[in-house]
Order: sequence, then C-alpha cells, then structure tokens
Amino acid sequence: MSLTSDFKVIENVLVVRLSGELDHHEAVILRETWQRKLREERVQHVILNLEEMTFMDSSGIGVLLGRYKEIIHMGGELVVCSLNPAIRRIFEMSGLFKIIRLAENEQFALDSLGVAS
Amino acid sequence: MKNEMELTFLSVSENEAFARATVGAFITQLDPTMDELTEIKTVVSEAVTNSIIHGYEGKTTCHIKIKCTIFKNNELELIISDQGVGIENIHEAKEPLFTSKPQLERSGMGFTIMESFMDSLEVFSKTGHGTTLIMKKQLTKTKTVCH
Repeated sequence: MSLTSDFKVIENVLVVRLSGELDHHEAVILRETWQRKLREERVQHVILNLEEMTFMDSSGIGVLLGRYKEIIHMGGELVVCSLNPAIRRIFEMSGLFKIIRLAENEQFALDSLGVAS
Repeated sequence: MKNEMELTFLSVSENEAFARATVGAFITQLDPTMDELTEIKTVVSEAVTNSIIHGYEGKTTCHIKIKCTIFKNNELELIISDQGVGIENIHEAKEPLFTSKPQLERSGMGFTIMESFMDSLEVFSKTGHGTTLIMKKQLTKTKTVCH
C-alpha cells in the first residue's frame, strides 16, 4: 500500500492529509511535493492530518522534522492531528511531541490556529 | 524449529513495503496481536531502509536478504543482511538521533526503534563486507478475546 497525499489551503493554513504507509520510499516523494506546496502557497501554518495513515517508520520522523524546521523558519506552526496508537508510539519514542503540538482532530487544529470555520 | 522462509530482493526503495508486507504475511500463522504485527513490520522496514541508504548508499543493483524463523515456543528470529559498506562504529550508529546522513533528512531513530520493538538485537558488521542484524522476539502464546 503506497502513500496518498492531499493538500488544501484554508485561509493561511496548509492542511496536509496523508493516507497509507509512510516509509523511506514515500518520504522522498512526499518531501518534494510538500516543499513545493510551501513555496507556492501563501500560508503560514501547517496542519498534518494523519487519520488515514496506517504505517510510519523513522523515515517519517525525518520528513516531519525537516518540514517542522522550514515552517518554524517562516514564523509558522505545525500542528499534527488524528494519530492512531501505533504512529503515536513512534512520535513518543522520538520525542516529537516535545516540539510538535498535537490536536485531537482537524477542526480542533484549525480552531487553535484561529481559522474561522 | 517450526517454520522458516528466506527472501532475497534488490536494493530498491519500492522493496521496503514489499519486505515488511511479506514478513507480515509469513508471521500471521503465529496469530500475532495487531501491536506485534506493526512492530515486526516497522523493524523490517527500518533494517531494509538502512541497507538501501547506508549499506548500499543508494545503489539499486545489490541484494538484501531476510531469513525469518519461527520456533515452537512462538519465538521469532529475523536475520537481515547486506553486503554493503558496513558500519564503522556500531556503538555510535545505535545512539538515538545519530545519523551519518542528515542531508537526506534521516532521523537517526532506526536502531532505537528496532531495539525497543524486539527483545534482542545483535549487529555484525565489517567495513567493506556488509552488515547482518539478528533480532529476536517472543510473541504472546495465547490470545484472550475480550468482548
């Protein structure tokens, strides 16, 4: 099962929805698309919705940390939402929650960034 | 020994998904829990990715081998090997967040994840000859179904 990524702009927020499996092979492709979207769209913050993501290994951590740094550099914030328990464990193990904020779902994440719904 | 399989494939990144799905399919006969299945698949993915990126440094014409053995007591042994460049300093490679390839956005968490998802991990590596990982995990024997 491969990875599908969907990008949507809501006000100044880029919403990234991933579904499927994020490994090294998919991380290389995702990095390029995600970087291009950040350059093209006039957004400040990013919400990463992982509700439909079924698998992630340490390559996923690498691609998220890379984008986190770029978003912080632009003066924005990265909020992650809707993690399944297996992916939550990988996040915990690598200390990602110390720097990346978690929201229960996409709506809460949008609310926290002050986007009117 | 109860059952065993061997798998050899090319060092192309598409095979990361193939390798973890195949090992996952093989161990379903042990009736693993969802957590155990995810852990094994993650470990296979980490090891194969290491061989592709570090062992073979992106060369796509080399081979990676996986041997998976199931023992009578539901213990699982995974041997994953490559004939790549080898690891100069195994101790350093196993440190959480250590990576020799930060420009490729590697997190340096591969070995940490493998060690925490398996009961044991041994690394045998010789510079210029390759790396072999031997990992073991005892899977739960009886499943209690909760209603």
